[in-house]
Amino acid sequence: MSFTPDIQAYCCHYTSQQSCSQNGGGLQEDGFPSTVTINRLPCSGKLQVSTLLAAFENGADGVYVVGCPKDTCHNVMGSQRAAKKVLAVKKALAELGVEPERIEMFHLQRGLHPEFITTAQTMDKTIRTLGPSPFKGESK
Amino acid sequence: MIIAKRKPVSEIVDMVKNFSRVLVLGCRGCVSVCSAGGEREVEILASLLRLGCQKEGKKVTTIAATLVRQCDKEYIDTLDDWDGQYDAIVSMACGVGVNFIANLRPMARVYPGVNTSSMGGSMEQGKWIEQCAGCGDCVLHLTGGLCPVARCAKSLLNGPCGGSVSGRCEIHPDTPCIWQSIHDRLGRLGRKEELTAIAPIRDWRTAGHGGPRTTLRDDLTI
Repeated sequence: MSFTPDIQAYCCHYTSQQSCSQNGGGLQEDGFPSTVTINRLPCSGKLQVSTLLAAFENGADGVYVVGCPKDTCHNVMGSQRAAKKVLAVKKALAELGVEPERIEMFHLQRGLHPEFITTAQTMDKTIRTLGPSPFKGESK
Repeated sequence: MIIAKRKPVSEIVDMVKNFSRVLVLGCRGCVSVCSAGGEREVEILASLLRLGCQKEGKKVTTIAATLVRQCDKEYIDTLDDWDGQYDAIVSMACGVGVNFIANLRPMARVYPGVNTSSMGGSMEQGKWIEQCAGCGDCVLHLTGGLCPVARCAKSLLNGPCGGSVSGRCEIHPDTPCIWQSIHDRLGRLGRKEELTAIAPIRDWRTAGHGGPRTTLRDDLTI
């Protein structure tokens, strides 16, 4: 059975500037998976745990956050705070018997870098391997 | 403040998975301050309960609400606002709150959302340490304000035990020996000679183990 994942990416303003180019069209041409929806934030530190959980409630099969490198976050501690929140969700998923790999944190360089695309591809591959979210009540 | 920590979500899902409407009830008191059961945590638990029940193939709707306190009758009375809208309550208050709901709402099914651990405080973000055991016969005037009952692994009243090394507890090496701290502090305050007095055998009846302890203030009762 074919499975097209729904992956929600929460990216800070500084690490997702590529998504602005040609309204994201450029990204697709470079191999950014169509399964990933980018949600841009002023800073990843702004993210709340409840926002990440809401993504799963709204049908996401996978969620990931992209923030600045830990030691050079534009807002000092923003990406470290985001990583802690991702960790909290990972723990909660594990407690519910769901694969913690369905949510990840990535620290990437700001600006235009190919890692932004490879990260999305990695996540797409992971979620395709894991299959649909158990929260959807669908069997793998 | 009273320190608590959310129970594992799977445990809470097990408690309520057979109910279709759950009121997740926070408290703006101590558990808000220690980030266990305030408004933010209520929102998170409500979401996790919906997800957890969904995974079990059950549909649950949640109401997320937070009371000013759950340890006073007048605030528990505000549960009237949700009468008929829920089948079970998950209280994210400390154990006092759960008990108060059970005391005052004979027909309410109430479940604990947190484990209540101690009375303490936070010296650094995200970490809370017990400071008071509520033993009912305070000795802090003798120990420079540092509690050996709560903070000594052996609750010694004549310490240190002799096992501490470099000022650290022999039971929990990451914890300062509180008796070392008491000696150091009383020395700084010029009170070291007070420590030569031997504390008598303690009457522990005030510390509990004999049913609920009651505090009665005649000047306040009507």
